[in-house]
Amino acid sequence: MRRYRALAATLASVPITLFGLILITFLIGRVVPIDPVLAIVGDRAPQDVVARTRLELGLDRPLPEQFIRYVGQLAQGDFGRSVMTSNRVSTDIARFFPATLELATAALLVAVLLGVPLGVYAAVRQGSWVDTVIRVVCLSGYSVPIFVLALLALLVFYATLQWAPGPGRQSVMFDGMVEQRTGLLLVDAALAGEWEAFRDAVKQITLPALVLGLSNMAYIARMTRAFMLESLQGEFVVTAKAKGLSAATVIWRHAFSNILVRLLTVIVLTYAGLLEGAVLTETIFSWPGLGQYLTGSLLNADMNAVLGATLVVGLTYVVLNLLSDLMYRVLDPRVR
Amino acid sequence: MLVEIKNLRIAFSTPTGWAEAVRGVSLTLGKEKLGIVGESGSGKSLTARSLLRLLPGNARVQADRLAFDGIDVLAASERQMRAIRGKRAGLILQDPKYSLNPVMTAGDQVAEAWRAHKGGSKRAAAQAAVDLLAQVLIRDPARVAGSYPHELSGGMGQRVMIAMMLAPDPELLIADEPTSALDATVQAEILRLMEDLVSRRGMGLLLISHDLPLVGHFCDRVAVMYAGRVVEELQAGELTHARHPYTRGLLNCMPRLSHPEARLPVMVRDPAWLAP
Repeated sequence: MRRYRALAATLASVPITLFGLILITFLIGRVVPIDPVLAIVGDRAPQDVVARTRLELGLDRPLPEQFIRYVGQLAQGDFGRSVMTSNRVSTDIARFFPATLELATAALLVAVLLGVPLGVYAAVRQGSWVDTVIRVVCLSGYSVPIFVLALLALLVFYATLQWAPGPGRQSVMFDGMVEQRTGLLLVDAALAGEWEAFRDAVKQITLPALVLGLSNMAYIARMTRAFMLESLQGEFVVTAKAKGLSAATVIWRHAFSNILVRLLTVIVLTYAGLLEGAVLTETIFSWPGLGQYLTGSLLNADMNAVLGATLVVGLTYVVLNLLSDLMYRVLDPRVR
Repeated sequence: MLVEIKNLRIAFSTPTGWAEAVRGVSLTLGKEKLGIVGESGSGKSLTARSLLRLLPGNARVQADRLAFDGIDVLAASERQMRAIRGKRAGLILQDPKYSLNPVMTAGDQVAEAWRAHKGGSKRAAAQAAVDLLAQVLIRDPARVAGSYPHELSGGMGQRVMIAMMLAPDPELLIADEPTSALDATVQAEILRLMEDLVSRRGMGLLLISHDLPLVGHFCDRVAVMYAGRVVEELQAGELTHARHPYTRGLLNCMPRLSHPEARLPVMVRDPAWLAP
């Protein structure tokens, strides 16, 4: 019974968090010294056009009324229209977000599949030269700015060695060839059976995913190492060794399974950070993702687009946190 | 001889050099019950763990002889050690709250020990685990097998630990302060259970404790350790004839109901005890 109550409390916190998120995003949008009307009509428009647009947008109403109207629109999935693209913001996000989702997921896979084993290995061999090498690599991956890493990667692997294709999500010849279903190019290409286009998409995503993945791998490896060092000190590890189990069983089944909850938190937060859209990486690799969309809208004072994109980012945080909360219950019997 | 220890020395590297924690311990143990008694830091746990080579990586272990059933522990390969650990010698630790894996059920942990040395299917191991839990006098073994350590009491956890270590039928059981974390009433139960199992299976027992009278009661022989050395070795029945002033001091500072004293005597330590 208590178990379900805790679960209900977690679920109940979701709408409250969302409401807070909408309120704060909305207020920031209204407080910034940007006139949304000027952004639409331009600064040379005649006075009566400015006044009429202001009325049409409902900006003459008191703030609470504007907020209620905004929430009402959101409830119908209407984020308003973007000035920059003159599309519905929801349409734009549906186009840009999958690109980010695809890149973030690929980068997370790189980061986790490399970072976790490296961190575990470094912890098991604490103090050895292997540990030192891993630590130095992680520290540099952590401290070298991503735009430096990204530009270097392009210089070496694209410009010099020509192992990787240039920036972009798709080569020009495949542009528009794949029918959009999920917006995830890899998935859509596979669904349509367009294997040429699929291979092209894989080639295009490899370099940005590696760059983004490696810089996040550093963090995951560092945290894994720290958690494992602590876990390996545990008395239950002595017990496991005293049972005569192999080193691999002691490390993975006993020490590692005890860090899963904390490791999951780190991984989920990393993923959430990636889903925000890596502005610098997306810019350098001409990746049409949410980061680019958000920055572009911000520079154009396109408030509907900014608010919409921010809400989507916030929503992914809420959803991911909820998921990891539910996963804790699976991974750790003490939380159940 | 099951265990032969001759001039065992254990040191830890520190920024200021090697700190010696065990300084020349010699012991032998057959299929009997030997108690090691001493205060915290006297080196009794290190001595016991060195026998299974379970010391932390920064420990330096040296000995003229450190052998389990004739196998040189210092020279043995990791594979040989794994054949000793669990299978031939079990180790029971102090507090089941920390020594059991918190994210595995009790049954899985016992089954794992059984399966590691006896093989067989997972189902057979799970069934064996329930039987083993029944052997350590757990009333509802099936329920306990499905429980996680945090759902068990300290006494129950220690029974699970004992079941786990007895699973592969070892010849020696090392118990490192197995009752220090338990309530007084549960302590006696656990000790009786261990004594009973060890006697019935004809195993050797190495019982580490800081409770001299208790060890004297349960063991055949008692070794008293102080500052990394064995200062006195006695037959359990001869505790009252102890000669070493440290042993006498330990016995004297036990309060007695038959001769109540207003103040307990304070141990006066002689630096000469540190000399070999």
